[in-house]
Amino acid sequence: MWSFFHKLGSPPWLYRITGSILRWLLPLTLIALAVGAVWGLLFTAPDFRQGNSYRIIYIHVPSAVVALAGYYVMAFAGAISLIWKMKMADVAMKSCAPVGAALTFIALVTGAIWGKPTWGTWWVWDARITSMLILLFLYLGVIALYEAFDNKEAAGKACAVLTLVGTVNIPIIYKSVDWWYSLHQPASIKFTGESSIDPSMLYPLLLMIGSFYALFTCALLMNMRLEILRRESRTGWVRKLVGA
Amino acid sequence: MYFDSLHAALAMEGHGPFVWGAYAITALVLLTLLVSPVLRARRLRRELAGDIRRREAAAGEGGYASRT
Repeated sequence: MWSFFHKLGSPPWLYRITGSILRWLLPLTLIALAVGAVWGLLFTAPDFRQGNSYRIIYIHVPSAVVALAGYYVMAFAGAISLIWKMKMADVAMKSCAPVGAALTFIALVTGAIWGKPTWGTWWVWDARITSMLILLFLYLGVIALYEAFDNKEAAGKACAVLTLVGTVNIPIIYKSVDWWYSLHQPASIKFTGESSIDPSMLYPLLLMIGSFYALFTCALLMNMRLEILRRESRTGWVRKLVGA
Repeated sequence: MYFDSLHAALAMEGHGPFVWGAYAITALVLLTLLVSPVLRARRLRRELAGDIRRREAAAGEGGYASRT
């Protein structure tokens, strides 16, 4: 167990293992995304109330779910780097931010596009949407804060603190549709009790959520590998790697 | 397939532009997300390889000069 943690902290080991994970995970993810998108777009029946605009659910919900989960990953990595000063946790935290920002952006944009034909408006300042916008700013804030420091150790510390403080926002996003009256509909999938979504629509949605999780993992690992190369550029193993 | 024709699938009873637009934007963002680290890693590796070659060349000259 402990030797595994030691390995996790070793950049060359992490670089090698992420490379072999990506080799099969990345093609699998792309196939799953394509299958899920075609399934949702062409092979499901339209919603009896919303019509065809509901098909946006297959990208909107997965991107929103994974954008939130990604924040947990970033906060967790930030906490580890702050407490145990693990360099690779800092790398993971920094690498989460652009992926999370992209997914939050997708959730907001597809939500706006879904809102127009369904509610008749692109945007409302309601609790769910506003707290998602704050999530986007948190992700962008981490990116900007990291770039603002010349001393990367101080940058990592500041970002970790910002990330942990921002965690307050996450339960607010989850609960926003229950706490405040909102245009946004409550969750259709529940782990406990009956889901209010037909199985024929649920299966492609679950496939897309899984694919988006896999996609997050792929993008995170790719960013981490780039960051490892950059930080380790003066070490022997990187010289050997680029020289070979 | 749910739709009768390609035309019906593109139109989606009036919702076509919204649905296809949303998917197009998503595809574009995701593609950027995956391609950009690959391109940046390739550039970094090229730069590092160039650095090493230059340093080796400099070290080689230095070594020759010191011997003569």
